[in-house]
Amino acid sequence: MKFVQKAMVAAAFATAALSASAQDQFFPALSYRVGPYAAGGTGFFGGVIDYLSLINAQGGINGVKMVWEECETEYNATRGVECYERLKKVRGGATMVEPLSTGIAYGLLDRVAQDKIPMTTLGYGRSDAADGRVFPFVFPLITSYWNQAAGMMKYLGDKEGGLDKLKGKKIVHLYHDSAYGKEPFAVFEAYAKQYGFELIKLAVPHPGNEQQSQWLQIRQAKPDYVILWGWGVMNAVALKTAQRNGYPSGKILGVWWAGSEEDVIPAGSAANGYTTMTFNTPGNYPLLDEIKKKVYAAGKGNLEDKSRIGSTYHMRGVTAAILWTEAVRKAQEKYGKGKAMTSEQVRWGFENLNVDEARLKALGAFGMMPPVKTTCLDHEGSGAVKVQRWDGKAWKAVTPNWVVGDKAMIRKMQEESAAKYAAEKKITLRDCSKEG
Amino acid sequence: MLYREAGQFKATYAEDSQIFPIRQDKIGIALILAVAFVGAPLLSVAGMLSDYTFTAILTPFLIFSLAALGLNILTGYAGQLSLGTAAFMAVGAFASYNFMLRIDGMPILMAFILGGLCAAAVGIVFGLPSLRIRGFYLAAATLATQFFIVWCLTKVGWFTNYSSSGVITAQKIEILGYTFDTAFSKYLFVLSVVTVMALLAKNMVRTNIGRSWMAIRDMDMAAEVIGFRPMQTKLMAFAVSSFYCGVAGALFAYAYLGTVEPEGFNLDLSFRILFMIIIGGVGSILGSFLGAAFIVLLPIGLNMFMHFLEGSVGINLPSGISSSFELMVFGALIIFFLIVEPHGLARLWQIGKEKLRLWPFPH
Repeated sequence: MKFVQKAMVAAAFATAALSASAQDQFFPALSYRVGPYAAGGTGFFGGVIDYLSLINAQGGINGVKMVWEECETEYNATRGVECYERLKKVRGGATMVEPLSTGIAYGLLDRVAQDKIPMTTLGYGRSDAADGRVFPFVFPLITSYWNQAAGMMKYLGDKEGGLDKLKGKKIVHLYHDSAYGKEPFAVFEAYAKQYGFELIKLAVPHPGNEQQSQWLQIRQAKPDYVILWGWGVMNAVALKTAQRNGYPSGKILGVWWAGSEEDVIPAGSAANGYTTMTFNTPGNYPLLDEIKKKVYAAGKGNLEDKSRIGSTYHMRGVTAAILWTEAVRKAQEKYGKGKAMTSEQVRWGFENLNVDEARLKALGAFGMMPPVKTTCLDHEGSGAVKVQRWDGKAWKAVTPNWVVGDKAMIRKMQEESAAKYAAEKKITLRDCSKEG
Repeated sequence: MLYREAGQFKATYAEDSQIFPIRQDKIGIALILAVAFVGAPLLSVAGMLSDYTFTAILTPFLIFSLAALGLNILTGYAGQLSLGTAAFMAVGAFASYNFMLRIDGMPILMAFILGGLCAAAVGIVFGLPSLRIRGFYLAAATLATQFFIVWCLTKVGWFTNYSSSGVITAQKIEILGYTFDTAFSKYLFVLSVVTVMALLAKNMVRTNIGRSWMAIRDMDMAAEVIGFRPMQTKLMAFAVSSFYCGVAGALFAYAYLGTVEPEGFNLDLSFRILFMIIIGGVGSILGSFLGAAFIVLLPIGLNMFMHFLEGSVGINLPSGISSSFELMVFGALIIFFLIVEPHGLARLWQIGKEKLRLWPFPH
């Protein structure tokens, strides 16, 4: 205890010494660089820090410098909550928070509302948090799980030449047996009912390093497509087992947490031709060159392995940081350029994001991510996804355009679910017509 | 010199059978409780302790101490190795949530007790194999609890009120119109529950029940011969232990995380709690607290220390190195403590006490 207290006092002094200027915009980075999910954590937070460094190299946002502090969460909810609590008030207060972990995000859900700090959950977390009336401080930006599931259906339908052509087909949903894997059930079932294909749900228990029986069932069922809603080691094992059972990898469509280099390289040749969802278009962009030139050449790059620049997780981190800084920029437009924004002002920025194609072009990231436009009602802002294929060496985009599923249906589901949450928590819905 | 019970005479049976028979212990406990209940609030008012200390350090520490205490009753006192602690916590959390949700006007403490009782019932069911199997084989059987409960909570939608994300969101803690919603009030709430339950446990292990557990632990055949019924005793241990874990789980959901998913109560958590009692001391109430402090607080302390090094001394390590370094130091410390004192931190404290009795004249 004593040691902890001493360390705390020491840390308090250290942070006090560091908080040099009130004009800095502070981002806590709840990263995880050790443990089983380190590959994702280092890539994502590497991307975030690289982009923030780039903004600083370009002179900050209207002169406001970005500062950040990392805290190791080990992907563990208790550690994550501790990191958040530790960092939320230092250096003039946290601008926003992004834990990149479902468990931590849930632990912060009530806390961010109380502290009035916006939280982004890019591509994970509660899908119904897109309803900004119930979750004013949570932003599942770009796409939630439900819109991803709808995007999958749209893609498979288009591949067959229209969603109605899915009639009579068989689609296997091979999922990680957890709340995460079950999340898209409602969407898939709705689509199966509407378009008349057979949905076969097969669960793989965590961690998923043994899937022979599931793939035997798949071999017997001879499905037209297999949706791989996996996580961690389960993905590579699924691909290898599919190859052993003679199921073509081209018919497997993975979720975006099954679509990074770290998921396919361990599977070797079994992954060639495998397709997954993503919300970034793989490739090189002027922005990435800029990062290489201004950040890595100056020795400030965060990734140890430079070949990972532009990898799936790194690009996702850059994307996240673009959205964060754009929110800050937006907030500055309203509340005063060249000033550090408070978390509530940045929350407004997140709610009024408009990262359109012109803006993406200006950033040098045109095509890298879908345009994002949020409102008080819609905290997701896009719902667009892309499909990419692994060719053995790199990811290549399959769909030239962004894929968007039945957004109206998903929106209805999100509103219903959010309304239920609001009733349980006795939250009165925010009136969006009164928001400026 | 200071810690010596010489001169403290017990004239009656009641005096002899107190929870803390030594005066110095009584003063010590009273002091700790006074600091926790009165000192901390005063410091917090004076601005010395921030919300951070309460919500991020003390609250989780107390909750994990309670869970470790629950496991210690089962493993330390009754000798039944269990890997299902997190599952029992999950039962407590989800049951409390459902009682609160489905019964109007359910008092929160009642919901916690009922949640604990549900955990106890589950504990009894999954404790049945302990009548036939022991040691590692029993550990494997309790492993089944772990997987079954988490699977069941994700499988059956009713438990999560058909939440689309499969998670529960804890309701507000409200007692007699007062809402415990600040970091500090939640800390006090957790502290009160943990204090009452720890004192109960401390007392329980000295009673007939506790003695029967220890008899079963030390040699179940002999215990049976001298008249303890193994079935009742073992199942009682499972029930009481699960009750404690269940309440800890409910506190974890209600006073700490707020929204929890079944995966939050995974095998990792069970192992962490098992490590707590191994490090802290198997078969010791104090050990549960020391172990929880070690496992919960030490990594945080190390992390802060690394930040301090980076920040003030100006050593700029490549990112990731400090995280790895933290794990290495933590691992080395675990090994160090297990070599120095295989019976845990509680035993170190006990040795310290023996030494204190003789100090400063050891002859």
